[in-house]
Amino acid sequence: MARAVTTQRKALNTTLAWIIGLLIFFPILWTILTSFKTEAEAIANPPVFLFFDWTLENYAVVQERSNYMRFLWNSVIIAGGSTILGVLIAVPAAWSMAFVPSRRTKDILLWMLSTKMLPAVGVLYPIYLLCIQLGVLDNRLALVVILMLINLPIIVWMLYTYFREIPGEILEAARMDGAGLKEEILYVLTPMAIPGIASTLLLNFILAWNEAFWTLNLTSVDAAPLTAFIASYSSPEGLFFAKLSAASTMAIAPILILGWFSQKQLVRGLTFGAVK
Amino acid sequence: MATQHSRSAARIMMAPAVFLLLVWMLVPLSMTLWFSVRSYLPLRGGDQGFVGLENFTRFVTSSAFWPAILTTLIIVGGVLLISIVFGILLAMLLDQPMWGQGVVRILVIAPFFVMPTVSALVWKNMFMDPVNGLFAHLWRFFGADPIVWLSDASVFSIIMIVSWQWLPFATLILLTAIQSLDSEQLEAAEMDGANPLARFAFITLPHLSRAITIVILIQTIFLLAVFAEIFVTTGGAFGTRTLTYLIYQRVLESQNVGLGSAGGVYAIILANIVALFLMRIVGKNLDR
Amino acid sequence: MGRITLDKVQKAFGEVEVIPPLDLTIEDGEFVVFVGPSGCGKSTLLRLIAGLEDVTGGQIRIDGNDATSVPPAKRGLAMVFQSYALYPHMSVRKNIAFPLRMAKMEQAEQDRRVQAAADVLNLSDYIDRRPGQLSGGQRQRVAIGRAIVREPSAFLFDEPLSNLDAALRHGMRLEISELHKRLDTTMIYVTHDQVEAMTMADKIVVLQAGVIEQVGSPLELYKTPRNLFVAGFIGSPKMNFFDGAEAAKHDAHTIGIRPEHLTVSTTEGMWKGTVGVAEHLGSDTFMHIHPEANPSETITVRVGGEFSATHGDTVFLTPASDNIHRFDADGMRMG
Repeated sequence: MARAVTTQRKALNTTLAWIIGLLIFFPILWTILTSFKTEAEAIANPPVFLFFDWTLENYAVVQERSNYMRFLWNSVIIAGGSTILGVLIAVPAAWSMAFVPSRRTKDILLWMLSTKMLPAVGVLYPIYLLCIQLGVLDNRLALVVILMLINLPIIVWMLYTYFREIPGEILEAARMDGAGLKEEILYVLTPMAIPGIASTLLLNFILAWNEAFWTLNLTSVDAAPLTAFIASYSSPEGLFFAKLSAASTMAIAPILILGWFSQKQLVRGLTFGAVK
Repeated sequence: MATQHSRSAARIMMAPAVFLLLVWMLVPLSMTLWFSVRSYLPLRGGDQGFVGLENFTRFVTSSAFWPAILTTLIIVGGVLLISIVFGILLAMLLDQPMWGQGVVRILVIAPFFVMPTVSALVWKNMFMDPVNGLFAHLWRFFGADPIVWLSDASVFSIIMIVSWQWLPFATLILLTAIQSLDSEQLEAAEMDGANPLARFAFITLPHLSRAITIVILIQTIFLLAVFAEIFVTTGGAFGTRTLTYLIYQRVLESQNVGLGSAGGVYAIILANIVALFLMRIVGKNLDR
Repeated sequence: MGRITLDKVQKAFGEVEVIPPLDLTIEDGEFVVFVGPSGCGKSTLLRLIAGLEDVTGGQIRIDGNDATSVPPAKRGLAMVFQSYALYPHMSVRKNIAFPLRMAKMEQAEQDRRVQAAADVLNLSDYIDRRPGQLSGGQRQRVAIGRAIVREPSAFLFDEPLSNLDAALRHGMRLEISELHKRLDTTMIYVTHDQVEAMTMADKIVVLQAGVIEQVGSPLELYKTPRNLFVAGFIGSPKMNFFDGAEAAKHDAHTIGIRPEHLTVSTTEGMWKGTVGVAEHLGSDTFMHIHPEANPSETITVRVGGEFSATHGDTVFLTPASDNIHRFDADGMRMG
């Protein structure tokens, strides 16, 4: 039983938490606000917070100049494709490990985790070279596959921890009721695991969307997603704060919204079930 | 417990994932190992044959190596310190009863979802720019000379940017851990005469120790690989060249693949040492 | 039809032998209860029959056909699980219809059978609810409904009542017994509760450490337990055992007397003792008595009706001589 707390105490907590929360959130808020300013207002001293002439001009300029939509589309394809592909491969694997565990299951899970720990920079050149050899440098499909492989261990792990919470007796009941393996997974396991599968999709979509090592190093024009689009603002356009802000807002807005839905799953997914 | 039939089905269903990851691990890894013992300069003569461990010794003895290691340690250590200490404080605050808890949580967690290139760019220009940045305005307001953050306090700036991204992660995990603490334990300690500080030291902190360890290990693995934040802000200049960035420069910028690969092998070993500890904790957790 | 024969059936998990080779025949239409303490292998045996586990050796025949390597779905058996194992994302109707849907039965026939099962089990009012919205007893009925629609050749029950509270358990016990009378189909029922076994079974199989200790009707087990284990396991309260001098008087290593076969008197009897705890239930009185000869032991006595005695009273006990069970040094029944 949590104890009742005095209103005063609660007010103090609230004030403190809101101040800190807003402080942490401030860079994002400031970016969003600046994206609606003119360039002059964006660098004004003293800074203006809310009382400026709100304009959408920056968004139009950014789209026009750099074709934002193409980068967005690449991000969607790469993040979405790698996530869906990963889940399709991971569901059967996680089913096996959760419901037909063997002595080696634990070792396999830990080994999968260890591949995630491989520092990307350690294998940068081989992958780069392979992409050149196969003619898939700056290719969306190549990035879909690579990001899928990077996140596959997390996807398997998340699904595994969700599946493990489903009592095996239910799947056995399905087997007794005449369901084959296909029916068991399709009609019984998957519908029961939909919340878990959904949060796995969500979290891995976010991780893939924000991935900024391979996307920066393996793309140039055709397959470049939003991470590369923003990096291209590094200079000299970066000095145009309002436009930079508009571009940044467009790059993070979709994922911020998705991210807020997935905070609970985030803990489970990124700690491999060790903290719940 | 299962039948022969389901066991063989399980093997088949696991095969694609295992096979793909095996290829993904073994092929690049063996290529890196191969390059690391060769003199390989793609733009200057290509593969010039076997050189033994020369790349390994050259990588370690180059003037850039120890500064890079030091920078890496400072950045990783600094971000860990900030995110753990403030993470615990913040998690304890957020665990208290308050109005609008859900909204505050969302505000606090938001930076984690910002893509690294965006956060680096926003901090670099809109906050740390010595002329028009918000910090410069603030400094001038108090009559001080604005700091040229990314050259004069470059490592500190990087630590700040990266901490801003990872503090939310630490907070969220520690908050989850705190919420799993049985409040009756705290009440029992209170009945036993423990003051708030003693309750924190003897009940809360030990309860959090596992979560803290996990945060440290996971963050270390990600922090060792920090790339975009440096790529976008300083490009490795002003003493912000970490081990990861050094290897990147050797491989793609100066196209000395042999040397870079040797560095890559070092990075892999380093990451694996950390990973080993993490896996032990996670592995123990699996047995429950 | 549902005649199930186990022929030298054996199960090992790795090195550990859970069930040594075992023979058992279950006749068509019989209600057989596997009973034993937890970990005795009774659930494993049921799962072997169901096909959820492979046998390590031996043969399982259902109606004369070898079913040893037939997958569970094809054995024509239905199972009710301890946790009920209902599909939480399906309504009661869909849960019950699932085995029919898997068998690709036509829709009209599915509806007819589901409705019939719902009527029999009083589920019609909840037919469109999800399992999560039902009480324990209702869930139990849905699980049974899902089993009966297929018209299986035998039903397997794995401790189906252990998650219900005492009152509900009694009611469901009667319902399952009635169902058996009506369907006249083979039922194999696993429980650790000997009361369930005694009240429901045509035939009880007592298991310990994977070994069948005795097979027989409830009264056979009660009257002529084959060994000390069965004697101690069947009957409540537990049988009292005596060895040493008392047993020697009857030419046995150990003798056993059920609490209800001891008469109590405040004045005279064979053994003198002191009342430890007396439990007055009105209908019965249970007394735990410390004999004078050996005060650290406890003899349990059951007296019909009320017997006024309290802690510390001195009483005399006399066993009914024709209800003394004698066992030899190996714990086997004598005579």
